[in-house]
Amino acid sequence: MENWTFFMAFVRKEFYHIFRDKMSMLILLVMPVLMLVLFGYALNTEVKNSKLAVYDPSQDEATRAIVEKLQVNNYFVLSRMLKSPEEVDKAFKSGEVAMVVVFSEHFYESLAHGGKAQIQLIADGTDPNTANTITTYASTIVNNYQQELLKTGAIPYQIQPELKLLYNPSMTAAYNFVPGVMGMIILLICAMMTSVSIAREKENGTMEVLLVSPMKPIYVILSKAVPYFFLSIVNLVTILCMSVFVMGVPVAGSLFWLIALSLLYIFVSLALGLLISSVVNTQMAAMLISAMGLMMPVMLLSGMLFPVENMPIALRALSDIVPARWYIMAVRKIMIKGLSVGSILTELAVLGTMLIVLITVSLRNFKIRLE
Amino acid sequence: MAIRYLIEKEFKQFGRNPFLSKFVFIFPLIMLSILPLAANFEVKDLNLSVIDNNHTSYSSRLIQKIAASRYFHLTDVSANYRQAMKSIEQDKADIILEIPANFEKDLVREKFARVMISANAVNGMKGGLGSAYLAGILAEYNAEIRQELLPSSVSSTQAGVEVTKLFRYNPLLEYKYMMVPAIMVMLLTMICGFLPAFNIVSEKEAGTIEQMNVTPVSKFSLILSKLIPYWVIGFIVLNICFGVAWLIYDLWPKGSLLTIYLFASVFVLAFSGLGLIISNYARTLQQAMFMVFFIVITFIFLSGLYTPVDNMPQWARYISDISPLKYFVRVMRLVYLKGSSTVDLIQPFLALCGFATVFNVWAVLSYRKSQ
Repeated sequence: MENWTFFMAFVRKEFYHIFRDKMSMLILLVMPVLMLVLFGYALNTEVKNSKLAVYDPSQDEATRAIVEKLQVNNYFVLSRMLKSPEEVDKAFKSGEVAMVVVFSEHFYESLAHGGKAQIQLIADGTDPNTANTITTYASTIVNNYQQELLKTGAIPYQIQPELKLLYNPSMTAAYNFVPGVMGMIILLICAMMTSVSIAREKENGTMEVLLVSPMKPIYVILSKAVPYFFLSIVNLVTILCMSVFVMGVPVAGSLFWLIALSLLYIFVSLALGLLISSVVNTQMAAMLISAMGLMMPVMLLSGMLFPVENMPIALRALSDIVPARWYIMAVRKIMIKGLSVGSILTELAVLGTMLIVLITVSLRNFKIRLE
Repeated sequence: MAIRYLIEKEFKQFGRNPFLSKFVFIFPLIMLSILPLAANFEVKDLNLSVIDNNHTSYSSRLIQKIAASRYFHLTDVSANYRQAMKSIEQDKADIILEIPANFEKDLVREKFARVMISANAVNGMKGGLGSAYLAGILAEYNAEIRQELLPSSVSSTQAGVEVTKLFRYNPLLEYKYMMVPAIMVMLLTMICGFLPAFNIVSEKEAGTIEQMNVTPVSKFSLILSKLIPYWVIGFIVLNICFGVAWLIYDLWPKGSLLTIYLFASVFVLAFSGLGLIISNYARTLQQAMFMVFFIVITFIFLSGLYTPVDNMPQWARYISDISPLKYFVRVMRLVYLKGSSTVDLIQPFLALCGFATVFNVWAVLSYRKSQ
């Protein structure tokens, strides 16, 4: 009972620390929301507005029609017409165009007289995804034009595919990226907050004062995590509201399990912060590890942007130890696919194990007596 | 020549922090050797689940043709749609092809048959491209069948446009070539953005800034003495990156190293200046950390480092215009992969110079020697 009173007093002290620094608190509450909206909209693999240059020595009705057709939808924007083939290289080197369309000479004539006319699509291969997508789009558009031109009626022996896009019929990029951004924000913010605040006490020397109190050291440390847990819950609620009401990403599955999963993930992230703070002595080191050290693996190895299945086998193993990877996978299942909790048992078990390991290691690591 | 001693002081302070001095060398080394391999948007090796209700030579020929293509892996042959959906839910399959029971009969007698394609579109790009690939193979198969079934006189009207695709600078569309220069920029940004941001404010917290303020040193030389060490560190990091890129990825700039040095020196100057501005405004180290974290992560995501700027909504493109990263990422890719020279890159050069001037003038002006 007495312990409990002590504990609550410690927790209250932590809250004072947070409320006193209005600026930091404001940053902590506003930053996640801004990040979700910024990145949720800005991260987009859907290719749009690619800049196009055209080299057209024929200048006839067919080439003009094709160039016009390329610009009808918003895949391409005509950036300029090239006057000579030598300009192709220059256009690429200044980074102004993503693709150059080169027509053969006497294009319409050869086409009209039953011969062959050539189009070369030269794409900038330095961005493979865009290059691949825009050449595919452009050749489809050319093919469509050709079919119109030939006015072929009903083709016999036709196999027609009926296409169904599951879970995300409009192929909105936010459906894929919002769970990823959630995973990144929660992990980074939680780990940063706890590790920096404990490191600060160490740096200021006030940690010693806390440790000589009659409280067990474990409770001293846990009491530091409690206020940040509440702060994280506020963040979770705002993030979820933003993704549903602003980003238009609905919660297709059970909201209860989504929240339960997120709470578990918050615990894991706070525990990760505890672990970091147990090995460092300065705020600077805590920040460098928790922000820079975690930011890159979380961005690149969690499957947030780049699909895990594309990675080489060694990196896939490495991504298995990134908590964000499991959380993002589970959120995509519950929130986007709308599956039941039965489908995320593996993810829950992995996150649970991580939590236990992190807490055990960080408590063992914590030096109760400072030198 | 007070500035010489000030710079000497900064270097000594830096060297005395054992964590920091090791971090600066080891961090880029590890990150650049691992992370570019993880960054891959390529859509390939899609797992296909087939429901063959037809069981004729026509349907099995189609399945064989798909399995032989380089895009698809035939993971399972499901008995019905429900079972196939299970594979999709568990992420064992990415796409379902359902061949109806009367496929052969429809095709041969009615001259028109349908197949159903259902793709997991949580990742919209993967779902969209995957089903486009599958439709492409289907069309090829369709053409083969048509040629077999139709009398040869009808099917020989194959005149038309020949489209060839060329991928300049990266013919095999390898992702790592796109990512290596970009990740270098990210590392440089983090080190030259985070460290200066902590510098002045940690002197504020330690109280040593007061001692600086009572000296006759001018604001200008004080800021300059803080900038130059990060400039040197930036160059060291950059050279480590060149080495790693050459050793591991066999990648050496196609353009001149001097061009990269020129741009890097302006970029580092600009970004360190930004860090110092934050350091000037923040009252505590914690505030500085959160602010710089938010700014750096926003700039990284909106710079076109991961997803092209052209794909973003207009307002996000405006924000990316004020990010020095956008220009430097573009320059690094152009010089590294296309061998562009400074003449091609006048516009980003002017932009970066503009940032460097504005940020550093701001840093000097916002520094207060007295409260």
